[in-house]
Amino acid sequence: MILAVDTLLQGVLLGGLYALFAAGLSLIFGVMRVVNLAHGDMIVLAAFLIFAIAQAFGVGLGVALLIAIPAMFAIGYAVQFVLLNRVVGRDILPPLLVTFGLSIFTQNGLLAVFSADSRRLSAGGLESASIALAPGLAIGVVPLMTLAAAIVVIFGLNQIFYRTAMGRAFRAVSDDPAIAQLMGVDNRRVFATAMGLALAVGAVAAVFLGVRANFDPSIGPARLIFAFEAVIIGGLGSLWGTLAGGVLLGLAQTIGAEINPEWQLLAGHLVFLAVLVVRPRGLFARGVG
Amino acid sequence: MGAGVSSSSSSAALAAPTSRFRVATGTRASFVTGALAVVVVVGLIVAPSFVSRGTLKELFFVLTLIALAQYWNLLAGYAGILSIGQQAYVGLGGYMLFALTAFAGFDPIVAIVVAGVIGGLVAIPAARLIFRLSGPYLGVGTWVLAEVFRLVFAQVKSLGGGTGASLPTSVTNDAWSVKWVAAAEGLRASAARDRLAYWLAVVVAVGTVALVYKVLRSRQGLALAAIRDNEAAASSIGVDQMRAKLWVYVVAGFGASLVGALMFFETARVSPDAAFSVIDFTAYVLFVVVIGGIGTIEGPIVGALVFYEMRNWLADFGPYYLMALGALAVATMLFFPSGLWGAFSERFGWRLFPVQRRLIVCERSGEP
Repeated sequence: MILAVDTLLQGVLLGGLYALFAAGLSLIFGVMRVVNLAHGDMIVLAAFLIFAIAQAFGVGLGVALLIAIPAMFAIGYAVQFVLLNRVVGRDILPPLLVTFGLSIFTQNGLLAVFSADSRRLSAGGLESASIALAPGLAIGVVPLMTLAAAIVVIFGLNQIFYRTAMGRAFRAVSDDPAIAQLMGVDNRRVFATAMGLALAVGAVAAVFLGVRANFDPSIGPARLIFAFEAVIIGGLGSLWGTLAGGVLLGLAQTIGAEINPEWQLLAGHLVFLAVLVVRPRGLFARGVG
Repeated sequence: MGAGVSSSSSSAALAAPTSRFRVATGTRASFVTGALAVVVVVGLIVAPSFVSRGTLKELFFVLTLIALAQYWNLLAGYAGILSIGQQAYVGLGGYMLFALTAFAGFDPIVAIVVAGVIGGLVAIPAARLIFRLSGPYLGVGTWVLAEVFRLVFAQVKSLGGGTGASLPTSVTNDAWSVKWVAAAEGLRASAARDRLAYWLAVVVAVGTVALVYKVLRSRQGLALAAIRDNEAAASSIGVDQMRAKLWVYVVAGFGASLVGALMFFETARVSPDAAFSVIDFTAYVLFVVVIGGIGTIEGPIVGALVFYEMRNWLADFGPYYLMALGALAVATMLFFPSGLWGAFSERFGWRLFPVQRRLIVCERSGEP
C-alpha cells in the first residue's frame, strides 16, 4: 500500500518536471504553430549558463537563476527575430529544419565549451532533503518544488495569455496572423516575445533539471521527447492540459519502472501511443490545432 | 509519358484554336544524364579492381548515404512527411539481418532483401498510428516510434540486449555469397565481404535512384505533386491524400530497412545505440538533403558528395564540425531554401532527373 502511494506520488512529482519542460513548447506552438526541436538543447544551455554563473560569481542558484532568466529571454528573442521569423509561415518544413539545425549547433557548441563531462547544480543540501508523510513514505523537497514551480509557471502563463495586452496579441496572432497585423500588431515582435518567454520558462526548468540529476551537453533531445509527449497527450494549445500530460507521463514511467526498471522509458512511450489511438487530439484539446 | 492526347473542339463554329499537344517529362539534359549514368554505374562496378579497400569503404558510405537521403527526401520533400525517426527502420533492418542470418540461416543477400520487405510491412501499422498526428507533430510521432523500437530491441537478449552483438562468422565469412566472391576474385573472406557489401551498395544506390524516379513519374508521383502544390485542390479532384502518403511512407520504410541491413552486414555488428542513432540516420541524412536541395532527385546526390568532402576536411575538429554542419543547414534553409542543386538548377535550368510534366504543343489546327 505504502509502495503504491509512494509510486503514484513520485510519478506525479516527476510529471511536474516534464510539464515545466513542456510549458515553453506548448506556448510557442500555441502562438506560432512552430515545433521547436531545439527546445531541449536550449534548456541544457540554460542549465550550463546557471552553472557557469554560480561558479564564476560564487552566488547561489536563486541568484544565478534570476540572472539566467532575462539572459535566456534575450537569447530566445534574438533567435526568433533573426532566424526563425524568416521561416515561420504556411510551410511547416523550413521552421522544423531550422530548429533541428539549431539543436545540433547548440548541442555541439556546449560540447566545445563545457566538454562532455556531466555536471550537477548544487543546491546546498536541499537536494537530499525530504518531508516524511508517514512511516516509510517521504517526498523529496526538490521534486515538490518542481511541481509547485510548474503549477506557478503555468498559472502565470495563463494569466499573461488571458489578462494582459501581450496575451491578447499572442491570441490574435495565433488566430489569424494577417488580420492581427492589420490591427497594428507587429507579428515579428510578438513571435520573438513568445520565444523569449518560452526560454525564460526553460531557465526555470533548467535549474530543477540540474539539481535533480546530472546533465551533459547531449541530454537535450532525450528530455525533449518527453516534453513533446506531454504537450500532445495534454492536447495542443492547452497549458493545463500540458501539466496533466506531464503528470500522466510521469505516472506511466514510475509505474513502469516499479514493474521492471528497464521499462521506465518504454512505459511512458507506450502510454503516449495509447493516447494517440484513443484520443489523437489529446486529452484537453481546444479549437483546431 | 508522351502519349499523344489531342483535344478537339466539338463545334467548328467555335473559333477557339485547338492544338495537338503531348505531355512530356524528358529534357535534353535528362538524355545526357542517361548516358552519363551508364558510364558512372559501369565505373562503380569495376572500381574494386582499381582502388584500395579503404576507398571502397568510403564509397560504400557515400552510396548508402545517397540511398538513405533519397528515401528521406521522398518523404519530406515530396510527401511532406517530416520524419525524424527513419532510424527506426534502419535499425530494424540491421536487427532483421542479424535474426535472419544467425537464426534462420538465410544468405546475407536474401536476408537484406527480406529485411527491407519486413521494414515495408512494419511501416503499414506504424503509419496508421503516427498519421493520427498532423503537421510538425507527425515528426515527433516518428521520433517516439524510433525510441520505442530502440528500447524494445535493447530488451531482446537473444539479439544482444543493450550491448549488441557481432554477426557470427558463419554469416560474415562463410556465407555462400561471400565464398562465391572470394573464389571468383581470389580474395580472403573478410576482403570478399567488403567487396560484396560494396557491390550491393552500388545496386541499392542505383536501384534507389531508379525507384524514386519511377515513383515520382507514376500516378502516385503526380498525386504527390498535386498535394504538395495545393492540398485542398488536390483533394477536390479526387486525389486520396492518405493513400499517397501511406504509399510513400511504406516505400521509405522498405528502403531504410534495406539500407540498414546492408550497413550492418558491412560493419558485422549491431547494437541498439548504433542501429537507432538519430545523428547518423536522421541528422546527417537531413543535412545532406537540405544542403543538396530538398524536393529534387539530384539534391541528395549532390548533398552526399558535399557532406563526404566536409567530413574528410573537418571531422578532426570534433564538435566544431557538427556545429558548422548545423549552421550550414540553418543558413541553407534561410538563404537558399532550394539547396545547392536547386540554386544551380534555377540558374541554368538543368534537370537531370526531370519529373515535371510539361505541355508541348506540336501543331496548331482549327485556327480561323
